[in-house]
Amino acid sequence: MSLEEPLPDTVQEQSADDLEALLGDLVIGREEHINAPGFVIRPDTVQESLRRLRDDAGFDHLSCVTAQEYEDRFESIYHLKKFDDPTQEVSVVVPADKENPVSQSADAVFRTADWHEREAYDLVGIQYEDHPDLRRILLPDTWQGHPLSMDYDQDQPQIVALREHANPLQEDHRSETDSDTMFLNIGPHHPATHGVLHVKATLEGEQIADVESDLGYLHRCEEQLCQNSTYRHQIMPYPDRWDYISAGLLNEWAYARAAEDLNDIEVPEYAQIIRTMGAELCRMAAHFLALGTFALDVYGDFTAIFMYAIRDREEVQNILEDLTGQRLMFNYFRLGGVVWDLPEPRDEFFENIRDYLDELPEHLEEYHDLVTGNEILQLRTIGTGVLPPEVAKSYGATGPVARGSGIDYDLRRDDPYGYYDELDWDVIVEDGCDNYSRLLVRMQEVEQSARIVEQCIDLLEDWPEDERNIQSNVPRTLRPDDDTEIYRAVEGAKGELGIYIRADGTDKPGRFKIRSPCFSNLQTLPEMSNGEYVPDMIAALGSLDIVLGEVDR
Amino acid sequence: MSSDQPFITDDSQVLTETRDARLTGQDDRFNSRLREAFGSSPFILTKFDKFMNWVRGSSMFMLQFGIACCSIEMMHTYAVKHDLDRFGAGVPRASPRQADVIIIPGTIVSKFAPRMKRVYDQMPEPKFVIGMGSCTISGGPFQEGYNVVKGAEEVIPVDIHIPGCPPRPEALVYGVAKLQERIANGESSPVVVKPYELEQFGDLSRDEIVDQLAKEIDTDDLVMRYNWADSP
Ligand code: SF4
Repeated sequence: MSLEEPLPDTVQEQSADDLEALLGDLVIGREEHINAPGFVIRPDTVQESLRRLRDDAGFDHLSCVTAQEYEDRFESIYHLKKFDDPTQEVSVVVPADKENPVSQSADAVFRTADWHEREAYDLVGIQYEDHPDLRRILLPDTWQGHPLSMDYDQDQPQIVALREHANPLQEDHRSETDSDTMFLNIGPHHPATHGVLHVKATLEGEQIADVESDLGYLHRCEEQLCQNSTYRHQIMPYPDRWDYISAGLLNEWAYARAAEDLNDIEVPEYAQIIRTMGAELCRMAAHFLALGTFALDVYGDFTAIFMYAIRDREEVQNILEDLTGQRLMFNYFRLGGVVWDLPEPRDEFFENIRDYLDELPEHLEEYHDLVTGNEILQLRTIGTGVLPPEVAKSYGATGPVARGSGIDYDLRRDDPYGYYDELDWDVIVEDGCDNYSRLLVRMQEVEQSARIVEQCIDLLEDWPEDERNIQSNVPRTLRPDDDTEIYRAVEGAKGELGIYIRADGTDKPGRFKIRSPCFSNLQTLPEMSNGEYVPDMIAALGSLDIVLGEVDR
Repeated sequence: MSSDQPFITDDSQVLTETRDARLTGQDDRFNSRLREAFGSSPFILTKFDKFMNWVRGSSMFMLQFGIACCSIEMMHTYAVKHDLDRFGAGVPRASPRQADVIIIPGTIVSKFAPRMKRVYDQMPEPKFVIGMGSCTISGGPFQEGYNVVKGAEEVIPVDIHIPGCPPRPEALVYGVAKLQERIANGESSPVVVKPYELEQFGDLSRDEIVDQLAKEIDTDDLVMRYNWADSP
């Protein structure tokens, strides 16, 4: 049964004072964030503090690293959680000097800090000491200034170089000493990269010696735009565009959850059920696309499986369109509820969903025949792209990627929100750690989502007419207190989608940071593909199911 | 098939009928309605250019090119239900060298614009561009971002703009049909030099930022210079 907390007594819970005692004299101050206690430490003790928290207190999940600039200092916040119980959180706050912002890198403790700190350096400008490779990650190498720092001038001209303009067939892409080593560019315009990712692969014969992902071809300044928008209405359209594979409602929920907790807004139960139903429909649509494109990557055909997946997506999108009025960019949630009630006539709407759910087992059967049961696919995916659980944890992998590596971690159950803990469903975990397991997890999650949707419509159908309250009373302008900070996450289609908001007393956030699951998941690509063949790397990339809109934000 | 009487074609019959039709010269597989309308003359009189444009519009090879959210709707347009192929425009080619239409489905950011320009340059003439979504018109919802190019027109010439965020597949189909109409009439947007062109680094006029980067960038490197203050 999913309603019980996973093994509640094995995860030891420490109070804030215990943790302070554990960190001892490393702590130079205390802060209270809404989600967790915060400990301020000196910038040269980052590794020591995080190591103690990880090894002695069990905080094994570095969920996010937020960097920001204040009037008098820079600050990095390390948001830690436990994979066994994500409700236990702690923030490690590291102030850095305003003139010369240097802070120790956490890369030696958590591998995931690598990219997170590069991003912090790129956008805010904090230097991380001991970082293995502190370069820009989202913006071009030649960029001038750090756009989320205070003195950035958005109007200054920029020059971007096109270094890859050299003819790829020229000899300079082979190393002279060892003629088996070859350099291969994949992307940014390539059908297998699921968007505009650029993968630089170094090949040893036909095997991958090293891959490096080059991001930023879709860095749309989402954080800046959210910081320039008001809480009440203006931010909500942006989440739809992070993970744009129809996962809109899941993303909207991430923002809604953080902002509602920040402003103490209650959501009526009826609206929670609608949210849960909509979000799970989105998850189904997102997983169908993941399935279709994965098959496309492995088989290389644009035919049956892809078309079947699109057929199913079309049906889900029709339902979502009835509900929200849009096919893709729903903008349906509001703080405190949803924007409107279910479409009339309700019976017809329910019937549409039921019809679809009734057909689903047959469709899934088809997929299993075509995909998972297929010998060729099994040969290609079983045992390739292996991601051991400890590695996955160190990289902060979440969602189907973590669950395909045997990590039993699903925020819908472990950190309940919405209506999930009232419903009956299971968390799917497969422990094959390979491409095949990740595929299986997604396919089974579709079934579970269908179960959730089914229970939701049963509830909605019987809901008394005069209690259909879709939105609580929310003031027209929201101004959370100055300097309140919150980090909240939900289970998006790809994993843990978290939002950090710091209020600055106005009606717009002072800092808005998005923790994207794809960003962390993609970081595991070298671990999965080094030593494998190029097509296996492509399969591994497909099984990660990244969306560049969310990786680059 | 639930009925107890499965559908069976009597193929002996078919075979005979087809053969008979061919033997007696009644086989009309090549006799389209259009052909009948011409009557007995096997010739038509038209201008070569007009004919070529008509052909060009009726068989367009699209470039398989996905950028952002709009590309999801673009995929739906290619796939079942909307099936762009029905309109003679649905074969996505993976290589720009085999394509004559590029649909730009999404937000263009500073790092991607040079690549997009490059892909566009690699397409053989005559080539056409469809801008899909508000992002390719103005930058759309991201217009104010520090990294976002304010519309595809800044980089390459666009023939048809399809508004929407994202446009529905039906809108894209309509846009493609409009483009076909334009091509058949021999119209395409004039190619003008746009604000953001790829040029050699060594050719840029020396100002502060160029001096600053001089150490890092080879003078032969192609670069794109963004003057954000002047963009719309
Ligand atoms: S127009 Fe809208 S849907 Fe299309 S790429 Fe831009 S933001 Fe995404």
